[in-house]
Amino acid sequence: MNVRAWFKSGSPWVWLNAAAVSASILMVVGLLALIAARGLGHFWPHPVVAFTYHEGPDQSRRIIGEIQDDEELPASRLREAGYWLPDGTGERITRYLVKVGNRDVYGADFFSAASSNMGPWEYPRGIFVAERWEWGNFYGFLRQVKEAGHVVAEGDGAWTVLQERLSRVRELHDAIRRLEKDEIGAINYRMERLRLKERGYELDGELTPARKAEIEMERARLQREYETVQARLQTLYRDIRRDSFTAEVMTGQVVEIPLATVVRAYRPNAMGPFEKVGHYLAKLWEFVSEEPREANTEGGVFPAIFGTVMMVLIMSVFVTPMGIVAAVYLREYAKQGPLTRVIRISVNNLAGVPSIVYGVFGLGFFVYFLGGNIDRLFFPEALPSPTFGTPGILWASLTLALLTLPVVIVSTEEGLSRIPKSLREGSLALGATKAETLWRVVLPMASPALMTGLILAVARAAGEVAPLMLVGVVKLAPALPLDGNFPFLHLERKFMHLGFHIYDVGFQSPNVEAARPLVYATALLLVLVIVVLNLTAIQIRNRLREKYRSLET
Amino acid sequence: MNDETANKPTLDRPATHAIDIANLQRGGERMDLAQEDIALKVENLRLWYGEKQALKGIDMDIPRTRVTAFIGPSGCGKSTLLRCFNRMNDLVDNVRIEGRILLDDRDIYDPALDVAELRRRVGMVFQKPNPFPKSIYENVAYGLRIQGINDRRILDEVVEKSLRRAALWDEVKDRLQDNALGLSGGQQQRLVIARAVAVEPEVLLLDEPASALDPISTLKIEELIYELKSNYTIVIVTHNMQQAARVSDYTAFMYMGELIEFGDTDGLFTNPKKKQTEDYITGRYG
Repeated sequence: MNVRAWFKSGSPWVWLNAAAVSASILMVVGLLALIAARGLGHFWPHPVVAFTYHEGPDQSRRIIGEIQDDEELPASRLREAGYWLPDGTGERITRYLVKVGNRDVYGADFFSAASSNMGPWEYPRGIFVAERWEWGNFYGFLRQVKEAGHVVAEGDGAWTVLQERLSRVRELHDAIRRLEKDEIGAINYRMERLRLKERGYELDGELTPARKAEIEMERARLQREYETVQARLQTLYRDIRRDSFTAEVMTGQVVEIPLATVVRAYRPNAMGPFEKVGHYLAKLWEFVSEEPREANTEGGVFPAIFGTVMMVLIMSVFVTPMGIVAAVYLREYAKQGPLTRVIRISVNNLAGVPSIVYGVFGLGFFVYFLGGNIDRLFFPEALPSPTFGTPGILWASLTLALLTLPVVIVSTEEGLSRIPKSLREGSLALGATKAETLWRVVLPMASPALMTGLILAVARAAGEVAPLMLVGVVKLAPALPLDGNFPFLHLERKFMHLGFHIYDVGFQSPNVEAARPLVYATALLLVLVIVVLNLTAIQIRNRLREKYRSLET
Repeated sequence: MNDETANKPTLDRPATHAIDIANLQRGGERMDLAQEDIALKVENLRLWYGEKQALKGIDMDIPRTRVTAFIGPSGCGKSTLLRCFNRMNDLVDNVRIEGRILLDDRDIYDPALDVAELRRRVGMVFQKPNPFPKSIYENVAYGLRIQGINDRRILDEVVEKSLRRAALWDEVKDRLQDNALGLSGGQQQRLVIARAVAVEPEVLLLDEPASALDPISTLKIEELIYELKSNYTIVIVTHNMQQAARVSDYTAFMYMGELIEFGDTDGLFTNPKKKQTEDYITGRYG
């Protein structure tokens, strides 16, 4: 076929475009697949391998652990790194990264082993893994279960007894957490408010003896309440510390571990496929519904999900009215001329300002200036400790609202300009004023465009991390910004965020190797949260579109 | 839907060719402008769009409870003149208006006058049906809600009355809460008329109300105009001379921003006084 004619027909461009689209789709799918595979695999119960490892000509030790990673290296590199390798080793060997756990016993979580030095791999069914609240996983062979120092089970029967006692410990643990978090938390909160009230009276010079007595009475009442809860807590703590177990670790050492420190125990090598799936789902649920532990490297990310969603919602509450007001003024009321053109260009350019700049602005203006003044005016009793004069979810939301404002303004303006003139005239001809026309006809019809802007804003805001680090996000927030203590919504509190969580777990945690799969899992979750938020917004927009579909006619 | 049932072949448009004068039905009575009660009085009205003058000194009296038609070639200023009566031209940038229009002896361009109130008294129906994307009921009730009337009983009553007047009630009474955009074009135009009628205006301005409709719907609108004229002063702009002849009592012929001839419809079509009028209605230009 004639190349010239082929070129003229336009098909090269069609092919080029198709190729570009396919490449884009492939990249997106590949990215998601990578994150999903790396992240979701983490929760699967990996088999625990046991082998003999030769560290010198006649020096060997037993290793028990999960294989986490492997890489192929030239043998010379390993020798340079100080490894002893037996004679007759090939040019290239594999180095395995073995998670041996038991940080409290050996001091390190990981062991790297050269394949040439390894004995045959075995998967003893008796090995069990105990996830603990601290010190990471424990790997070993169960020996005895003890109650208050006395052996209650030994040998083969010990495993079932251990599981029974573990579920008891879990219940106690839940009860303790409820008491500490909810009840004692509420008492502390009320105590603090009482202290602030007293201080407020003091500052105003209105602390009369009668009021003082009243406050003292209230304080004494709270103190009594606290003591009863404390007493119940003591009993629970005594109960939870009752049981323990002993187990043999890979060095042959037998250690005793209190059951209270164990989250769950399982024997991966003895598990059937269904048990594994059950374990997997339980771990997955823990990940999305529990709080983090061990410096965020274990447990769940619920507070981060909650913080992300809440921040985005508060941001939407701020950015929507601001965007509408600005767009309506620019499009409907301002005289179109050079000045409005300059403003429009500026607004468009604001969308391109690096987000960290907004963070700096938020810190300087919202946190220090606005927050500082609010503290001086409304919360003088809490000073010098700041209430709003410190980074918090309100300031983070406002900063992001500012960051996403241009998107909302631009798309709302576009929506406003697309409303047919005939509809405005129809409304005006019925005796409606311009404001009434706007409110009753134009704005409802522009709402799908506004939602489009909001969708873009949400997508951008939910993934933004840099400015948040300046205006409110923290590694570990002690309390959620929404709880059962009056006034329920605590906008001054700091919060956790999935994006920051990824950064923190991946680069700031003490155990980067162990936490890497969590980075992928959290990233996947962040993508999912954004997708859910967006789908919700898109759903609303489609409903609005359906309602005001005259635009297409 | 009634649009498909009737099929009267007599209505052919467009009618830029000479019209059959024998077909005009004027019910025998002779119209005389001098004896009419005047609703709108236009005095030396001049209008500029920027530098371009669109109306060049119009003087005319619009009689009360009669149908007055404006005819003329495209760009002659008839729509511009119509939109002066409810100050719709105010919305256009760079427009300058001089002269006076008196509605019941009050100048509607008086700066102290409330434009919204004027537009309530002078309703308007546009060329293309423009129902709001709301329910049929809410479309008709819109003007009342604007006035702050939210009493369900009053609204129900007015909505029914207006839809009956617009000859639409029987077709939509069972689906008042449906979206108005689901109606056919002709129904939408009658809905828009019902919406205009609901606020009880004194004058109804119709800007080529049937030009976007099929012949059957056009016929319905014309019948409707005939019904409505007992209550309202109607001013209609039309491209269709047959339509002007059929529905109006008085006709004004405009050309190049000037009012060339204005008189009772029979007289104007059967015995035009000006050469330009005769040329236009006999189809020699325009």
